[in-house]
Amino acid sequence: MGGFDHNPAQHDEPEDAATSARNARYGMVLFLIYLTVYVGFVALNAFNSAVMLWPAVLGLNLAVAYGFALILAALVLAGVYGWLCRSPKTQSHSPRGPA
Amino acid sequence: MIHQPSPFALVVFLAFVALTLGLSFYFGARAKSAQGYFAAGGQIHWFVNGVAFAGDYLSAASFLGICGMIAFFGYDGFLYSIGFLAGWVVALFVVAEPLKRLGKFTFADALDSRFQSRGIKLSAAVSTLAVSLFYLIPQMVGAGALIKPLLGFPHWAGVVMVGSVVVLIVVTAGMVSTTYVQFIKGSLLVFFSGVLTVLILNRGLVIDARPESMTPQTMTVGPGGREQVNGLPHGLQPGEADYRPVGHVSRLPDGGSRTGPLGPLDFLTTLQHSDVVQWDKKVEQHSGRTTTTYSPKVTPGSDILRPGNSPLFKGLRGSAMTPKLNFLSLMLALFCGTASLPHILIRYYTVKDQAAARKSTVVGIAAIGCFYVLTLYIGLGAMTSGAIDVTNSNMAAPLLARSFGDLLFAVISAIAFTTVLGTVSGLIVAASGAVVYDLLIGFLRVELPDHAKVRVGKVAATVVGLVAIVLGILFEKMNVTFLVGWAFSVAASANLPSLAMLLFWKNTTKQGITAAIVVGMVSSLAWILASGDTYKDVYGLPPETAVVPFSQPGLVTIPLGFAVLVGVSLMTQRTGTAAAIARAAAEPRQA
Repeated sequence: MGGFDHNPAQHDEPEDAATSARNARYGMVLFLIYLTVYVGFVALNAFNSAVMLWPAVLGLNLAVAYGFALILAALVLAGVYGWLCRSPKTQSHSPRGPA
Repeated sequence: MIHQPSPFALVVFLAFVALTLGLSFYFGARAKSAQGYFAAGGQIHWFVNGVAFAGDYLSAASFLGICGMIAFFGYDGFLYSIGFLAGWVVALFVVAEPLKRLGKFTFADALDSRFQSRGIKLSAAVSTLAVSLFYLIPQMVGAGALIKPLLGFPHWAGVVMVGSVVVLIVVTAGMVSTTYVQFIKGSLLVFFSGVLTVLILNRGLVIDARPESMTPQTMTVGPGGREQVNGLPHGLQPGEADYRPVGHVSRLPDGGSRTGPLGPLDFLTTLQHSDVVQWDKKVEQHSGRTTTTYSPKVTPGSDILRPGNSPLFKGLRGSAMTPKLNFLSLMLALFCGTASLPHILIRYYTVKDQAAARKSTVVGIAAIGCFYVLTLYIGLGAMTSGAIDVTNSNMAAPLLARSFGDLLFAVISAIAFTTVLGTVSGLIVAASGAVVYDLLIGFLRVELPDHAKVRVGKVAATVVGLVAIVLGILFEKMNVTFLVGWAFSVAASANLPSLAMLLFWKNTTKQGITAAIVVGMVSSLAWILASGDTYKDVYGLPPETAVVPFSQPGLVTIPLGFAVLVGVSLMTQRTGTAAAIARAAAEPRQA
């Protein structure tokens, strides 16, 4: 490992306008999906918190189940975003990518 | 509670501090330039940066504050965990890649990338300093809370120690040493939180049938400030008394006395159907003496695992609108705040490209998400393991660790201490970068050679560290999570409107950005200063007399920031857009 005094020169994937726009588009769609789920959670807590007592899944009440689901959703959507935005090099090496 | 220092804990603690300082000196020799000092030369590997994100973000508020709030009030503390993690979705999907593309050293770089405006540099620098200081206060308070049980020192000594060590780390190698301290801390924090959770699940839930477990405790403070506990002078000598650690299960669903080891879901479902003893606090004043009575209160587990059990969120169970608006405001600030925190944003400049910025955020979300799930178990574990100090909600996690033995206590305390170190060093690097690049070079147009940038940055870091030490001593009694909520509100109100509109609205002008930052910052700070919580906790005034209807500003001040940006931008289209500035710059050449 060298020093830290200079910027690295090479990028792992293209940083042209088209790639940036594509990534921003994916990001916005995933952001809106998560926002919807988050708004639902906050609204339920604020305006109908009694509903959070309901048994939801695996014996957990809705409060805990929805909270865990939100954390899980962030992890899954982050993974999906990383996969969608992967570099062309990685895509061409994947079994389902173009030969 | 008076905590007896343990020599063993001290040795482990000193080993941790020596390791982090050793790393700082090691990397300090390899980062001499401003590029190296402020942004680690953009050469940090994305995985290291991702874990360092966790180390930077999971502050004393998360580890001490949230665990303490869950230990005292149950699910309400977990609401913070959910909000804190949700903010990372904004960071990944909206901010990460453009920020890396547009900036180099500070958050203002990105905002100002199209404009070259001194106004943007100045306002963003002031906002960075304000948010960093607001965020530093709870970290320092957390440091003081930790040092008490570990070394037996008073609160102020802990604050001074953390401040000194952090300034040393930052001054030796800036962002490089900060990154590796955060990487080590992030890894250790998530790993040992997992260990603590496994131990909690392995112990299961146990009923405490001792008579004293249901006896109230009182604290009386007389006119001279002398403290009595349960009618005796506060101390550990014969004839003196100290507070008992509390919190236990009083009934299990099957009527037994212990459950034995439980799985992660079984732990929660069993607790949901058990009764837990919580502790109510009541303060009375009588002839110059203040008596605080902590009384046991049997609470159904189902009540603990739903929102509205804490004084902060109890309004969620009522019909009044104001507490609900306060809650919405907080959750909005947490959602918008993460991607507006200067010390988080500058981490994007330590990696080489946009792909690395994205990958490191994904790693950060994974580490942070895992940790926040564990906070629920650690908090509930403290609540049911007799590990709550009734006088200090910030001590739940370390005291829980102590219930598993001195080794774990020493390790968890040392990790909590490095938790504070990691976050504080990130904040101080962000603040010193803002002073050098935004204030001196960007706003005052001072020409600085490379080595002078580093030197001024180190002086700025030292000054910010000193201010943080003073504030950390002054704010000793406040819950750290609560204070961090304020920092998020100011960051989200001041910074997010500009950042988001710059990326998504081409008519944004430099005047619009400057105005939005100033209005967002001033309005959120003013709202906080005029709020009921500040009246009660800072001024000692009745909260009902507060000027603003609810305490969290985000619901009003974040939209206000957007509105100001749009309004001012529309009024300044001829001179302030990037296109107009480019045209004006080209005109002399055409003439």
